[in-house]
Amino acid sequence: MTCDELLKALNDYVDGTLDLTQAECAQYAAHLAGCNPCQIVVDNIRGTIQLFRAGQPFPLLIEFQDRMQAALRQRWQEKFGVRG
Amino acid sequence: MNLLEQQSDERLIAVAVLGDYEAFQELISRIQDRVFATALRITRNRADAEDVTQQTSLSLIENLASFRGESSAAAWILRIATNHALKLLRKRKDLATVSCDVSSADEHDGPLPHPHYIAQWKETPELLAQRADVRQQIDAALDQLEDSYRSVFFLRDLEDWSVRDTAEALGISESNVKISLLRARLMLRERLTKVFGDETTRVFPDHQHE
Repeated sequence: MTCDELLKALNDYVDGTLDLTQAECAQYAAHLAGCNPCQIVVDNIRGTIQLFRAGQPFPLLIEFQDRMQAALRQRWQEKFGVRG
Repeated sequence: MNLLEQQSDERLIAVAVLGDYEAFQELISRIQDRVFATALRITRNRADAEDVTQQTSLSLIENLASFRGESSAAAWILRIATNHALKLLRKRKDLATVSCDVSSADEHDGPLPHPHYIAQWKETPELLAQRADVRQQIDAALDQLEDSYRSVFFLRDLEDWSVRDTAEALGISESNVKISLLRARLMLRERLTKVFGDETTRVFPDHQHE
């Protein structure tokens, strides 16, 4: 197995998808054990995904929330009548 | 003391659908920041993300009764938001694209972007995620991706959509989803490692395996 071959199958390896046979998994593991650059690339990609997942959401502006509330209330009244 | 606060999202939908506005308001206040974050990630623009957030909330009023409980209420709502955001993105793109653009089908066929800067990161993703300046760096990296790659990365890696659902939502083939995800990951990795990588651990890819 070459680094290029590993690169092409990187998604399957990083995601641990079931598309891989046990033999393929063993091949990748063997390559990674002997290839420091590929190990780091796999590690970096896992870190990249983790970093984006961990990002805190931006809060909504209060003025927008007020505007949206007014629009929602109006639509609600149209649908359900005056209640609420 | 507000009992609504103790209800599950799914229960709030069941009550709201009968016409209880307070239950609906509680549901919106719980989910609106996540809807906005989802919209912002796809549209990259605060005004557009606000539009999507409002459209999503308004469409919920019409569609509350169609919630079947096949997924959590939050996942269901975020999916509606994602579809609104993608629709808006497509509309923008249609307006911006010239009619002779025939290259889009081929752009995924080029060679993969090979890892160039390879080094361990100085800090763990968990620690990095807490820093305000890092937030700007990862947003900048995301901004540099083409829309199609960004949408695939977002749906697959951040929203955990399946390959099939992602392909359907974006109107592309499943194999296109897979290759776009790989490209997006490789490009983001390259950019982030240039920023967060520890130069002393840098290794070079130009080596041979037998």
